[in-house]
Amino acid sequence: MAVTFTLNGKAETVEVDPQMPLLWVLRDTLNMTGTKFGCGMALCGACTVHINGEATRSCITPISAVAGKNVTTIEGLSTDGSHPVQQAWMEEDVPQCGYCQSGQIMSAVALLKKKPKPTDSDIDDFMSGNICRCGTYQRIRKAIHRAADLQSAKPKSA
Amino acid sequence: MATSLTVDRRAFLKTGAAVGTGLLVGFHLPAFGASGEEQEKKKPNPLNAWVHITQDNHVSLILGKSEMGQGIMTALPMILAEELSLDWNKVKIEQAPTNPAIYDHGTGGSGSIAGSYLPMRQAGAAAREMLISAAAARWNVNRDTCKAVDGGVLHGARKNFLTYGELAEDAAKLPIPDFNAVPLKNSDDFTIVGHDKKRYEGSAKTTGKAKFGIDSRMPGMQYAVIARCPIFGGKVKSFDATKAKAVRGVQDVITIDPVGEGAFSAGGVVVLADNSWAAMQGRKALEITWDEGPHAAESSEWLRNQFLENASKPGKVVRNDGDADAAITAAAKKVEVTYEFPFAAHATMEPMNCTVHIRPDGAEAWVPTQAPQWAQDIIVGISKLPRESVIVHTTLMGGGFGRRYMGDFVMEAAQISKVTGKPVQVLWTREDDMQHDFYRPASYHKLAGAIDAQGGLAAWKHFQTSTSIDAMWSKDGESHAENSEFATALFIPYATPNYRVEYTLAKSGVPRAWWRSVEHSSSGFIVECFVDELAAAAGADPYEFRMKLIGDDRKIPDFTNPKQGKPLDTARLKGVLKLAAEKGDWGKAVPKGMGRGIAAYFSFESYTACVADVSVKNGTVKVHRLAYAVDCGRPINPEGIRAQVESAAIYGLSASLHDAITIKGGRVVQGNFNDYQMPRIADTPKTEVHVVLSKEEPTGIGEPGLPVVTASVCNAIYALTKKRIHRLPIRKEDLA
Repeated sequence: MAVTFTLNGKAETVEVDPQMPLLWVLRDTLNMTGTKFGCGMALCGACTVHINGEATRSCITPISAVAGKNVTTIEGLSTDGSHPVQQAWMEEDVPQCGYCQSGQIMSAVALLKKKPKPTDSDIDDFMSGNICRCGTYQRIRKAIHRAADLQSAKPKSA
Repeated sequence: MATSLTVDRRAFLKTGAAVGTGLLVGFHLPAFGASGEEQEKKKPNPLNAWVHITQDNHVSLILGKSEMGQGIMTALPMILAEELSLDWNKVKIEQAPTNPAIYDHGTGGSGSIAGSYLPMRQAGAAAREMLISAAAARWNVNRDTCKAVDGGVLHGARKNFLTYGELAEDAAKLPIPDFNAVPLKNSDDFTIVGHDKKRYEGSAKTTGKAKFGIDSRMPGMQYAVIARCPIFGGKVKSFDATKAKAVRGVQDVITIDPVGEGAFSAGGVVVLADNSWAAMQGRKALEITWDEGPHAAESSEWLRNQFLENASKPGKVVRNDGDADAAITAAAKKVEVTYEFPFAAHATMEPMNCTVHIRPDGAEAWVPTQAPQWAQDIIVGISKLPRESVIVHTTLMGGGFGRRYMGDFVMEAAQISKVTGKPVQVLWTREDDMQHDFYRPASYHKLAGAIDAQGGLAAWKHFQTSTSIDAMWSKDGESHAENSEFATALFIPYATPNYRVEYTLAKSGVPRAWWRSVEHSSSGFIVECFVDELAAAAGADPYEFRMKLIGDDRKIPDFTNPKQGKPLDTARLKGVLKLAAEKGDWGKAVPKGMGRGIAAYFSFESYTACVADVSVKNGTVKVHRLAYAVDCGRPINPEGIRAQVESAAIYGLSASLHDAITIKGGRVVQGNFNDYQMPRIADTPKTEVHVVLSKEEPTGIGEPGLPVVTASVCNAIYALTKKRIHRLPIRKEDLA
């Protein structure tokens, strides 16, 4: 069964088991390895992507549920790391091993869409699903506040 | 130690690294640990790292260290760039593939900076001197009038400037100077070392471009998911793969044998598929009967009973100064407690994996490994290929923490590819990772101490029984199991005339190995919690008591390794203790509803201290602030140091405030992050790290932040509640 969806702005059609989670379609079928596998049970957030703009754990989203929708992955945020969240992440030197960071960034981008000026409590709640074993949480928090500043300073694009 | 052998450029090219022409200086980073040193005695390797300067002025540092987030692939190049007077932003860092002719040593033990600082400087200085000589010859001037600066050589009087690229070919014709005689830069002139630098691979890690082991892809690669006996030491008795083979995407089902000594891989039934998920689904459809093996009855309760029985008798004497028993009996003020630690899992975010292709004529592997040479050894052993034909690429890894030093996942991949002849990626699920780890050992400790009439330490007695790491590997390891179970607990900085340490080995089928800070994860807790209990018995302030007992400036020999281990310098320990107390507001008012605790410790040749502010509500602990002081010698990258301490703090707290690994029916009970919970962003204390601007030799910082964090938190809990924590992880009922 063929499933068609939009991936980072481009149409994609895949011919796979309809139950195959989006995570594995991305990583194995389409060789988009920026989205990571951490637990397979939506407990760790490493697999976070956006589906129609909403932060979603791709490890438990069957590809059949993605038909006709817009998927954005870490690769789709920018071509060159220039997304304000990515910039803030670099300014605060957030990553250590880096494995959880795609998921952290995708969750943070979704948070800032909903709450352009999030409080620490907003961050606690929204980012609670993303585990970091290297303990970069303090810097993630700082980078989210920084990204909020960068985004509010940026002129809105046409 | 670096050598001044002339580089054989052709030998380097043979290993497959792509190089242009130019100047190539090879040097040698020393072997890590006793086994590395043993290997080097047998067959010394001259070169395992290179500086390469091309004619178009690209400067690369090529080395085989493992970058697992600890930042050494940034810090080590900083040292080289300093001596070579490079523009830091123009330095390129490349991972060296495992050179078959060289025994590489691996990355761990917080040893990279300490071991590599001098060789890096010598290599940079040697290359610099050659380039200066080349420039002086080109200009026909005295080389003393030339200076290396900003990636080139400047001739002051005539203001001539040539880039290293322009000089590289000429410099390459010169002999490499004696590394031990080459002049090193004056550290007062450092512009790179000691200054905050962002990690070089940060951009790749924020764009999804960074490739981890699990991201490796080879044409025709199969994905393998393995059904291993959930009981340690068990194996396949029989299986039916009919349903597994019917799963869409599954290509084959084979078996691999368990391998005993060394790699300790469990063997099992292997599902091979054209994608990861199909392999996982195929495994679910397998029907397997297990031969449960000798450990099916082991449980955490059984182990604890063994601990208690061991603790009821004297153990093997490891240290005995004076007469601790007599002093404790005679003392007016004494404290006797026990401490318990469970197994702990590494839980790296990237589960174990390995990608290998064994062909008739050679093999290639992409491994997220801390020990590339061992990975190569394993592939050589399985493939029977000549070592020169086996190339191992060390990839980035999603956390190491000691887990990726092991060879089990490499063994599995090699066994499979040997049978299939195809490239294979062995992929572990989170459950595999949690249930087939090499755990931080479980242990049980009895501490007894006494205060003398002057308020000093009359006696300190420490009995430990544990599932030793060394006992995993050999009979010799078994007979000297205590060697790796105490560390600084064998030479505490608190002066006492009566000091006795005993050990009894406990038996277990659960695999154990090095977990971030290894035995310091228990020793740090014990020493710093017990001294705190003694302070309370003495009616003394915990900070003042420590300072009094540490006493004068002196150097305490490393009891576990008196010849080669660095002594504990009490002046430096007092230094971090004092700084942490100052920055942590020790002695000042504590915020309402909070308690404040302190801990200071020596590990991996570095000194760390922490002051924790903690609250307890309905039996739940919240850590509000950690004020750290760290002395790891001359700081290379202060930004990296702070990051590592922040990291070690969270890692340590994860094992103390959340779940334990427990055993039942010879298997691990926990399977995923629902029953082995991790700290989340809301749990993160405000962590400040104050780095001592030391001029001592640089030492490690990947692990030293860990041993003090839980002790400072538990000492804070006592300050608030008057309750002592004697077993980890902290349980609600212990705070009721």
